[in-house]
Amino acid sequence: MTLLALTAAQAAEQVRAGELAPAELWEAYRERAAADELNAFLWVADEAPASPADDAPLAGVPFAAKDLFCVRGVPSQAASRILEDYRPPYTATVVEQIVAAGAPVLGKTNQDEFAMGSSNENSGFGPVLNPWDRSRVPGGSSGGSAAAVAAGLAPWAIGTDTGGSIRQPAALCGVVGLKPTYGACSRYGMIAFASSLDQAGPLTRDVTDAALLFSAMVGKDHCDSTSVAFPEAVRRPRAEDLRGIRLGVPEELTSEAEGLEPGVRENFEATLRLAEELGAEVEPTRLPHAAHGLSAYYLIAPAEASSNLARYDGVRYGLRVEADGDLVDMYSRTRAAGFGPEVKRRIMLGTYALSAGYYDAYYGRAQRVRTKIAEDFAGAFERFDFVVTPTSPTVAFPLGARTDDPLAMYLADYCTVPMPLAGIPAISIPNGLSEGLPTSFQIAGPAFSENRILDAAYALEQAIGFDGSVPR
Amino acid sequence: MSWEPVIGLEVHVQLSTRTKMFCGCELSFGDPPNVHTCSVCLGLPGSLPVANERAVQYALKIGLALECELAPRSIFHRKNYFYPDLSKGYQISQYDEPLCRGGRLGDVRIHRVHLEEDAAKLVHLGQSGRIHGSDRSVVDFNRGGTPLVEIVTEPDLRTPEDAREWLVLLRNTLRQLAVSDVNMEEGSLRCDANVSVRQAGTAELGTKTELKNMNSFRFVERGIRAEVERQVGLLESGQNVVQETLHFDPQGGTLTPLRSKEEAHDYRYFPEPDLVPVRVTEEMVAAARAELPELPAARAERYLELELSADTARRFAYRPDLGDYFERALAVAAAGDGADVSAQSLANWVAELASQLDDADPAESKVAPEALARLAGLVTGRGVTSAVAQQVLGRLVAEGGDPAAIVEAESLATIGGGGELEETVRAAIEANPDAAERVRAGKAEAIGPIVGYVMRETKGRADGGQVTRMVRERLGV
Ligand SMILES: [Zn+2]
Repeated sequence: MTLLALTAAQAAEQVRAGELAPAELWEAYRERAAADELNAFLWVADEAPASPADDAPLAGVPFAAKDLFCVRGVPSQAASRILEDYRPPYTATVVEQIVAAGAPVLGKTNQDEFAMGSSNENSGFGPVLNPWDRSRVPGGSSGGSAAAVAAGLAPWAIGTDTGGSIRQPAALCGVVGLKPTYGACSRYGMIAFASSLDQAGPLTRDVTDAALLFSAMVGKDHCDSTSVAFPEAVRRPRAEDLRGIRLGVPEELTSEAEGLEPGVRENFEATLRLAEELGAEVEPTRLPHAAHGLSAYYLIAPAEASSNLARYDGVRYGLRVEADGDLVDMYSRTRAAGFGPEVKRRIMLGTYALSAGYYDAYYGRAQRVRTKIAEDFAGAFERFDFVVTPTSPTVAFPLGARTDDPLAMYLADYCTVPMPLAGIPAISIPNGLSEGLPTSFQIAGPAFSENRILDAAYALEQAIGFDGSVPR
Repeated sequence: MSWEPVIGLEVHVQLSTRTKMFCGCELSFGDPPNVHTCSVCLGLPGSLPVANERAVQYALKIGLALECELAPRSIFHRKNYFYPDLSKGYQISQYDEPLCRGGRLGDVRIHRVHLEEDAAKLVHLGQSGRIHGSDRSVVDFNRGGTPLVEIVTEPDLRTPEDAREWLVLLRNTLRQLAVSDVNMEEGSLRCDANVSVRQAGTAELGTKTELKNMNSFRFVERGIRAEVERQVGLLESGQNVVQETLHFDPQGGTLTPLRSKEEAHDYRYFPEPDLVPVRVTEEMVAAARAELPELPAARAERYLELELSADTARRFAYRPDLGDYFERALAVAAAGDGADVSAQSLANWVAELASQLDDADPAESKVAPEALARLAGLVTGRGVTSAVAQQVLGRLVAEGGDPAAIVEAESLATIGGGGELEETVRAAIEANPDAAERVRAGKAEAIGPIVGYVMRETKGRADGGQVTRMVRERLGV
């Protein structure tokens, strides 16, 4: 089992040093993924990939991709029944880039349907189980990717984050999750949830792996007008302390945060003390509009989703439920049968928010709140290098605990939603256990500060010494 | 009581760029269905649009030609509605921040000009030809995503004829810009009309209806006329006009309301998050301006300065092929023997040529501009009569060649005042003694049969004025 104990970066180094055959690594993980008991995978590759080039930076270390990444000829369903067994004719840009850097696709991971959810219970293909406690959720929406990395079913994985969908499951599964600056990674080939918020990013065992995988994901893509060239090379993090780093602790997302569990709070405060020991200055700050982040998010994201999901109409691909030749009836039956309840809820919310007469009161107002939140962060970054919070207010909650209460479910993203609204990057790293379950620490920085965020996260990671091994 | 129609037009123009508005698929017409498609224009999951720069430049050219204000920053919106010809469930269009605002073409003000993508083509199999009641419908996405420019006028038109004529001016202006095929039959130019009527002399606008499916210039005029008559009929019988969308049926010339289900849309417009704003730089405007040709309005001005009649000036400006031909002939005439030919008489011969060609482009005919200029010169110099020149033109159209050579070979030159014509005049008087008597008695208009005799005998080669003078002289009046 030493092979599986290697981080992805360590495995890559051994492959490059000729100490490890990529085929052996592939076979070990393929077997693990194929024997998945967490429902983390929706599809596992069975053909062995070609050997990586000698100088390939990712050196043949396979990765798992969230189901919503299109991969040519491979089921890419966004975990929705409306796209059951849909196999796209093209591959998402970030997947192409990672494959070109030498990492083959190991499989497609389960998720909340169309990335809508915080527990992975909204998948059209059943929930994913948390490897730390199989009676609990792994978080969502990238729950399959987080669980697969935590359980050692994949060396590393990619997911997408819209309101917390990388960071929150990473937190609940005790792995590292990075949500990059909006535009840093191409969205081309990512089945869209909310276009102005969606970003791809890595879920990994440690910060070094996150930096390595992220370095293969960035870049301007001529197929995505909203993508931008990353302004510098993504570096391997090496910082050993936090001297000169100023951390702002927003009261709205910490002491005043609704539903923050005591165990999560204790671990957060312990990490702040550790940061000070490493030389950081820690001070409270304010993000006055951050508390309205969830409200704005639950108008903007559903509004965009209601439009993005209109294409699933049974005409060209995916599910179609025939209806005696009546077009509107065919639309209704297809969408009624193909979408799950949370997706329907958000389509209705979004449709309402964009309706004539309500647009200004809802969508327009939410956009103004969004601008205010971005201004809040800009103000905080004048005084601080980073803003830090717990990633999730709670540890992993039991399956079914919140499925009947959407508002309680939405609170899971309370600390992660403001960053995508502002388009800024944030990382989640595990910082301890509470009642035997992982808790996490979130570091957010200005746009394109990923290198500095990764450095700070790396220094903390070394000091925390979190043991990610899942109890058996 | 007299009624005044108030008409505004919404014109959709397919741009003739090489590729579609938001993807790299080639534009085509008449290819097998669904061969020019990709993940973007089919709306496959995960695909994203990227705006076609060339289409933006074409739209800027249109904006400049219509004297619009060009927005330095404009954005795309999503117009959401479900229909099988719409691959994404929304059309990417422009809404409250369009590329161009304001402007004018001829007497009509332009409200706005914006960019959008065309829908795919739906074909309804079955008898009705419309979606309701068809057995089955199939979709051809070759057209889906074609760049479209929508041009919206202010309601400045007052008659169906004016609407048609203005649309022709717009078509010719766009053709000059080389941004579109502008063919109504093929759908690269499409026109909807907003029509209302009001009592003449009042300023308030009546309730308007929207007319669709008028796919020729003639149908635009007929459709609007039918709608104006319908609205006047309603109002005069004390009823109200209902705001609705009407479908024009060219066969019967009738207007039928579209089902309310098809038109009652809340499009839920919102800014397209997959695209960045269109930023128009000064360099882009300069480049578009540099590509502008002379436009019809400017050309008409120039023709008026040549002392062409207003009608001719406008016609040649609207029909650039005629204008170009006229200008080539004029240059030859000015350089050569036809220096004394007036621009208007040369223009008349160009018009005559066009009519003999059934309005085809004269540059494509066998008649060289030099030949037409020479023919006009012969007429002006009285070398041939107009009647003969018409015959010669017919020969030129059929066979080409040099008019002077034809005149020479066929002995068509005007018969001068020599003995031959004297003799014919004498014979004509002898053959019409009654007419001669009445002319002598002071009835000048009775001369016709005598002149007609001469023209018949000379096969039109005699100058009518000269013949009249000779007859009167001989009759002593
Ligand atoms: Zn295409």
